[in-house]
Amino acid sequence: MTLVNLWFWLIAVCFTLYFFLEGFDFGVDLLRPLLARTEAEERALTGTIGPFWDGNEVWVIAAAGVMFSTFPVWYGALFSGMYPIFVAILLALLLRGVAFEYRNQVDKQVWRNAWDWASFFGSLVPSFLWGVVMAKLIEGLALDGDRRAVGGLGDNFSLFSVVGGLGTLLLFMLHGATFLLLRLHTDTVLYVRARKAALLWGALATVAILAFVWLGYVGKGLFTSFGVLPWVFPVISAVTLASIWLALTRHWDRMAFAMSGATIVFSTITIFISLFTRQQVLPSTLDPAFSLTIDGSASEHYTLVLMTWVGGIFLPLIIGYQIWNYYVFRERIRPHEGGLDHGY
Amino acid sequence: MDVIGLSRFQFASTSIFHFFFVSLTVGLAFMIAIMETLSYAKKEQRYENMTNFFGHLFLINFAVGVVTGIVQEFQFGMNWSEYSRFVGNIFGVPLALEVLMAFFLESTFIALWWFGKDRLPHWVRLASIWLVAIGTQVSAFWIIVANAWMQRPVGYRIENGQAILTSFSDVVFNPKAWIYFFHVQGSAWTVAAFLVLCVAAYHLLRRHHVEIFGPALKLGLVVGAVGTLFSALSGHTAAQTAREDQPMKFAAMEAQWEDSEAPAPWSAIAVIDQEGQRNTFNIEIPFLGSVLADNSLNSSYEGMIRLQEEYQQQYGPGDYIPPVAPVYYSFRLMVGIGMVLLATAFGGLALWWWGRKGRKDRLLTNRLFLRWLVWIVPLPWLANFFGWITTEMGRQPFMVYGLLRVDQGVSPNSFTEVLVGLIGLWAIYLALIGLDIYLLSVTARAGIDHKPSAEIVAAPAPSYSEGPSDSDRSGSL
Ligand code: HDD
Ligand code: HEM
Ligand code: HEM
Repeated sequence: MTLVNLWFWLIAVCFTLYFFLEGFDFGVDLLRPLLARTEAEERALTGTIGPFWDGNEVWVIAAAGVMFSTFPVWYGALFSGMYPIFVAILLALLLRGVAFEYRNQVDKQVWRNAWDWASFFGSLVPSFLWGVVMAKLIEGLALDGDRRAVGGLGDNFSLFSVVGGLGTLLLFMLHGATFLLLRLHTDTVLYVRARKAALLWGALATVAILAFVWLGYVGKGLFTSFGVLPWVFPVISAVTLASIWLALTRHWDRMAFAMSGATIVFSTITIFISLFTRQQVLPSTLDPAFSLTIDGSASEHYTLVLMTWVGGIFLPLIIGYQIWNYYVFRERIRPHEGGLDHGY
Repeated sequence: MDVIGLSRFQFASTSIFHFFFVSLTVGLAFMIAIMETLSYAKKEQRYENMTNFFGHLFLINFAVGVVTGIVQEFQFGMNWSEYSRFVGNIFGVPLALEVLMAFFLESTFIALWWFGKDRLPHWVRLASIWLVAIGTQVSAFWIIVANAWMQRPVGYRIENGQAILTSFSDVVFNPKAWIYFFHVQGSAWTVAAFLVLCVAAYHLLRRHHVEIFGPALKLGLVVGAVGTLFSALSGHTAAQTAREDQPMKFAAMEAQWEDSEAPAPWSAIAVIDQEGQRNTFNIEIPFLGSVLADNSLNSSYEGMIRLQEEYQQQYGPGDYIPPVAPVYYSFRLMVGIGMVLLATAFGGLALWWWGRKGRKDRLLTNRLFLRWLVWIVPLPWLANFFGWITTEMGRQPFMVYGLLRVDQGVSPNSFTEVLVGLIGLWAIYLALIGLDIYLLSVTARAGIDHKPSAEIVAAPAPSYSEGPSDSDRSGSL
């Protein structure tokens, strides 16, 4: 494998890990208004992701930083081409990140409510829009001959990208629910509610993902170029998703989480495979000749060699200490009625 | 204003907002690590309280530093796509290194330090906070390497309209980068030290917990003295470096239109006429200009009019004179503030020494000095603001010095897109800065005894299945 291809796949890994990890913490934020009835329950739910969300979020910063250094042309075209989308994502992430820290600083119900809304919308908007971004990544933007995206806002939304957005949104809710099954004490009523939520949102997510795959195949012919592997990944992800009810009804909580995670992983990989088989990083909808190719968008050899050393040393370290972090805070949580001093 | 103007304004303002928070983070992380070390070594309750109290302030601020940073990371591609394409091969590397070496480290270990209160041994938490402190330095280092490369491009060749990396060690050992790094270091320590001084002085004035705020004040004085001295020395070197590699910036900092006399005087106040290329009014101090330019008493340096001709020969037709008045006044204000802070920190050390053991205390009971410390807390931030204006406006019209002009770097975005985004960002940033200041001051004023009602706890440790125990797990104050 050439270094260019290696870095293409490492960017895919960053996005995949980001969606896998931040997917469940977005999901928990989205489910909180639906699941929690009391202040103690709200805090217990936030407590399940408290020590993790920041570390999860860095994966998208890594994706952007690595893209900048290894595929500058791709980075520039994608981020400027979807300008309004990224502005919305940023505004949402700004509010959401601060909500974690500020919600409990002032002892007033209005204050808490305001921050609860901030973290709900702060998770809703990116959960939806990241799906839009991923869908446009394979559908393409209006790139002119000078590798500049000239489409504007209208170009960012299509039936395909909106269905993609719904797909990630619902998938993240499912993933959040299965994550809660691992983090909440099994004898709490919250746990029972989380199981119900997993079934409901799992069913809806399955519909959305199937619609997305169908649109991709039939409507757009996007996956036809897969060559030897035309069906495998999208089909596996749909099957994994569809069979989650089995794990849920059998009380295989770990299995349920693994499967919602696997769905995210396979879906993301599908996106990148479909780019890879076309040897493109960003297709142009104006003229196929204007599409950004993998080789044409990458940095020079020396930069890639350097990045390979850096990545080779630090990525394993990072994954190591993040796993340790999850291990330290592995115990299940229960809400403390009356004892708010121990909640989030 | 056009798209370029808006994008410039957006980048400048978001960077300044980001730096408002992170300069405190960089400096305070170290001070918290020192406090945690004291608490670990001495096993005294008061040091533990000190760590928790200032740690709480630290966390309030940290969150905003993190989220505003994400904007920074995306903005290059969003607003400056042509620039990104031009520099990505080089500029992207330190940026990626920053993420891999620093951001992951900080965000993971801060959680272990704070949430780990009831589940990790003290030494592990001590190590965690030190890793956070080191992480903030590493992140400052790499971003400054990136910034310094734009000011003084090294280790590159130009090929197909892109800057290609030829030597990474040149980029890392760029002298400009190290000078900026030391200077930013010094300024971050100064910001944090004067915040600690302000809070400690506020409580000492009310005789609250002298056993905690006394030592905190002394720690603040030491860090503040080191920080301001560091800022002044490295700032002086930065100016001399600019004279060599960015002579136009240096001349603008001094509002020097014609070549200077030898020995060069130093202008203290001037009224600048950019159109007419002259100063209509100027108060000058003899010799000081030569000292600043190269530590001598008889040197001279080039003025902007001649430099403009030289730049035109080198880079082609165009206007290479930056907006002089903002650069000139920002520089003076920064240096002025730096001197005031330096005098304050060393004055405080003198009071401490004067009232050392066995004599009457001169420091902790000196109401005038303590009140002064409370009032000057905004100054370090202002100095930072003016410092960045000097640095970034002084390099106009270049984005990458000598290689890429600002108008060549911008994305093909529409005016409305950028305007709407800018309004959204400003709305949220103003709210965040207001909240940050509000919460910092409420928390700082509430002090140590203030046992917050359960709700008012910064990100307390989550509770676990064993049920409540006797120890106060919320852990905060
Ligand atoms: C607390 C903050 C603070 C303080 C007290 C000072 N500075 Fe500063 N200065 C900064 C914060 C700062 C900064 C914001 O951090 C800058 C912007 C870019 C940089 O590297 O540092 C800066 C830039 C900067 C530059 C521009 C360098 C360039 O663009 O080439 C010069 C020449 C100085 N400083 C000089 C000084 C001097 C002589 C000081 C005397 C006391 C001083 N600074 C105090
Ligand atoms: C690595 C770090 C940084 C990079 C790469 C960087 C880059 C840029 C870019 C691309 C612009 C817009 C184009 C231009 O006007 O030249 C800009 C402008 C500006 N930035 Fe920075 N910046 C960095 C750090 C900062 C920080 C931390 C601050 C302030 C705290 C700052 C203050 C400004 C100011 C005041 C301008 C406006 C200059 C003008 O347009 O007249 N910069 N910078
Ligand atoms: C324009 C250039 C800059 C970019 C692209 C940038 C990027 C970022 C990002 C993405 C974060 C969030 C990290 C996280 O989630 O943990 C962040 C935070 C931070 N940045 Fe910046 N930054 C810039 C300028 C600066 C400067 C000039 C400094 C200091 C000298 C600095 C120091 C820090 C620190 C200390 C944090 C604190 C929190 C943390 O790292 O987690 N940054 N920055």
